[in-house]
Amino acid sequence: MLQYLLRRLLGMIPILFIVTIIVFLFVHLIPGDAARLVAGPDANKETIELVRKDLGLDKPIHEQYFTFIGNLLKGDLGTSLKTHKPVFDELAGRFIPTFWLTFWSMLWACIVGILIGIVSAVKRNKWQDYTGMLIAVVGISIPSFWLGLLLMQLFSVKLGWLPTGGLEDWRGYILPSITLGTGVAAIIARFSRSSLMDVLKEDYIRTGRAKGFAENSLVKRHAIKNAMIPVITMTGLQFGFLLGGSVVTETVFSFPGLGRLLIDAIATRDYPIIQAEILLFSVEFILINLVVDLMYGFLNPQIRYS
Amino acid sequence: MQKTKELEIMEEVLPQSYEKTVGKSPAKEFWKKFKKQKLALIAGVFIIFLIVISIIGPFIAPFDFAKADYKQTLQGPSWDHWAGTDAFGRDIFSRIIVGTKISLLVGFISVFAGAVIGTILGLISGFYGKWIDSIIMRFCDVLFAFPGILLEIGIIAILGPGLENVVVAVAIFTIPMFARIVRSNTLMLKSSLYVEATKSLGAKNFRIIWRHIFPGAISSIIVYFTMRLGTSILTAASLSFLGLGAQPPSPEWGAMLSAGRDYLGSAPHITIFPGMAIMLTVLAFNLFGDGLRDALDPKIKD
Amino acid sequence: MVSKLLEVTDLETHFISDDATVKAVDNVSFYINNAETLGIVGESGCGKSVTSLSIMRLLKNTPGKIVGGEITFLDQNLLNLSEKEMRAVRGNQIAMIFQEPMTSLNPVYKIGRQIEEGIRLHLKLDKAAAKARALEMLELVGIPRAKDILNEYPYQLSGGMRQRVMIAMAMSCVPKLLIADEPTTALDVTIQAQILDLMRDLRKNSDTSILMITHDLGVVAEMCDRVIVMYAGQIVEEASVLELFENPQHPYTKGLINSIPKLGNYTERLDSIPGNVPTPENMPTGCRFAPRCSFVMKQCLSEAPMLKGVQENHSCRCWLSEVEKND
Repeated sequence: MLQYLLRRLLGMIPILFIVTIIVFLFVHLIPGDAARLVAGPDANKETIELVRKDLGLDKPIHEQYFTFIGNLLKGDLGTSLKTHKPVFDELAGRFIPTFWLTFWSMLWACIVGILIGIVSAVKRNKWQDYTGMLIAVVGISIPSFWLGLLLMQLFSVKLGWLPTGGLEDWRGYILPSITLGTGVAAIIARFSRSSLMDVLKEDYIRTGRAKGFAENSLVKRHAIKNAMIPVITMTGLQFGFLLGGSVVTETVFSFPGLGRLLIDAIATRDYPIIQAEILLFSVEFILINLVVDLMYGFLNPQIRYS
Repeated sequence: MQKTKELEIMEEVLPQSYEKTVGKSPAKEFWKKFKKQKLALIAGVFIIFLIVISIIGPFIAPFDFAKADYKQTLQGPSWDHWAGTDAFGRDIFSRIIVGTKISLLVGFISVFAGAVIGTILGLISGFYGKWIDSIIMRFCDVLFAFPGILLEIGIIAILGPGLENVVVAVAIFTIPMFARIVRSNTLMLKSSLYVEATKSLGAKNFRIIWRHIFPGAISSIIVYFTMRLGTSILTAASLSFLGLGAQPPSPEWGAMLSAGRDYLGSAPHITIFPGMAIMLTVLAFNLFGDGLRDALDPKIKD
Repeated sequence: MVSKLLEVTDLETHFISDDATVKAVDNVSFYINNAETLGIVGESGCGKSVTSLSIMRLLKNTPGKIVGGEITFLDQNLLNLSEKEMRAVRGNQIAMIFQEPMTSLNPVYKIGRQIEEGIRLHLKLDKAAAKARALEMLELVGIPRAKDILNEYPYQLSGGMRQRVMIAMAMSCVPKLLIADEPTTALDVTIQAQILDLMRDLRKNSDTSILMITHDLGVVAEMCDRVIVMYAGQIVEEASVLELFENPQHPYTKGLINSIPKLGNYTERLDSIPGNVPTPENMPTGCRFAPRCSFVMKQCLSEAPMLKGVQENHSCRCWLSEVEKND
């Protein structure tokens, strides 16, 4: 297990390295002169040179990268071009709401998705299965921004039960979490179903039947744990879907999180913010997948004990 | 993947059934399995309908999709305007019809470009192995390290908003998926006997890849292509909704929806109808893809 | 007079798909006495595994369906039992071991738990007693370090050890009948011999009957008292083991016996039976073996022979043996 853990941690390093390079190069990939863009259209030549020096763009590129990494490790992500506040402070206040939004979305998506998947697999080709899978395919096809607006129209505008947006108290999480989690719940439902159906075809399930166990207790005793191992790995990947989807959902609900900040930053060309956001989202995604890998290792005895 | 019990027992009973199925024409076999999937059939018909609409749309639209009519703004659905009018008095139904072409084209071009590049990379990676395989696969890992739609958003942040850039972004996002699928197919086919046999006959690598490996991977490619089409149309609409793709006054569905947000209380139909168009289109491609998968290649998982 | 433990009468199991109905088991009748080992031999596709799954009524997740016949076990027809009553028979009075020891155990649970759960289900023992019983069974099947093995996972054991665990599991509730479906096919030759020795010892030291499903006449010769030879869903010959090897009647049986390699017998090549098992679509109208038979006669192509006794306790489905009898 310790070896497995170390291998996973070491395997992360090259990916992290390349991600920081790409994010670092981000400013250089923008067509045109970054310093001119940052300084604004009205800036004169001197100002542009000043900005260039300020951003360190006059130095050789590898030196710039080391400065970038050095600053990163100190928690210095640069300064917002719009508010002139440190990017770190801008992001810090936005991180917590987005964290809870993705957390609640994932929680309900897992519970509902796995339940639908299990019922569909056990009641294969019966009405429960058809209903569950129809809901799931609609769930992956529905545009989240449309679903969000429909929910808002019904629960906020018409019924007035929930806020239309913003985040004043916990009620502000409800509609965004439903919106964000729907697609993931649908994917998890489909995947759980096929995973459980595969497990139910395994030889050891036949052994269980030959031992005299009823189908229901076989599912509970033998099939679910085996079927959930691949589901957990897949769920880790779905976090990417959630983190990305949070951008859309937060925009719909004017939710004060990282996602909306990113869209605002793109609109105002606030490159340091964009750079830091993409880095943050990617690192978060990589870390979540590390945690998921460890859970996978924990559930799989062959890895746990070697 | 392990052979299923059912299959094993069937094989025991029908020892030559496998050879028999192979003997029949693959197209017939496919159609026999596919026609049983009623939902996928309906979805297929709907997709054909969408393609027809996207070609003849501008000629059958009841109103000029771009013409503003300030006497008739924000009207709900009526006999004249089936889906109502927007803030400029434009007929939403006509705009949806004309917008069909945009969504289908954006989806098709981006997935096609991504699939071609991804397939080539996957074939090279799987066939040649060694260092070139490692490089291509690490490249895929890195693209996968950016979660979901954020890769597309990042690319657009560099290139700037616009529908063309959405196509580029979605295509780049599609590359690693096809590369991985085709690579694993290639690895499987490479080790299979008939390729070994051709190799020993002295065939050139390119010929082996083109004549023997690519055809073996084609059914997986078709299934993924269809499934990605739905997702890509959805992604493109999302990006337009965020203001990163098609810009007003384009009748792109996501952009139309975005424009309707401000009138959610007074005129919800502006958002409801374009959203429904997106959902039905994406649903059709997903159902069609599911059907293809079940008929062509049941090994592929969701 | 020995009493019959299991009697299968006119069993018909069909595989029903959209295109066709396949008679996987066609009008099969046989019996097993108490404390007896019966072998069923045949090539893959002859219906021997389907027969064993039919007895256990484990065809639920296959396209197979039992459409006729009776399976009488301890004076009750298993086909009339409810699913719940059938579950009380499975693993308790009739146990089964399978061909694939590598995949027949659940990889995520410890060996101990997997043996104990069956014991607790049928013998209604508490946890400690079930554990003691599991340990006793592991020792019985000759597993070294039995105590440690209880706490190990399947992947930590070799194929032979896993098959021993499967046997321990099957024998733990003292079944009246053990169905072994190709129990040694997936194992190395030396391990095969060990497992067969173990099964023979268990047979001797208990009054459990064994139904041995195999394609290997060598296994039959070593293990069984009586043999049934199946071909294309039907029984073609039935005899005691000695009788079958000394006096095989059916050309198919002869072919099977000639295809066993014999020590010290340096023939150029082994005789194998030419051709393949007929597909359901091309099932011959006459004798099903006729297309591959080297003694085929005109009559064989048009009329199907019946299973008829050639001697006491020896029957055969072949026109040849009837002709001989008439002479």
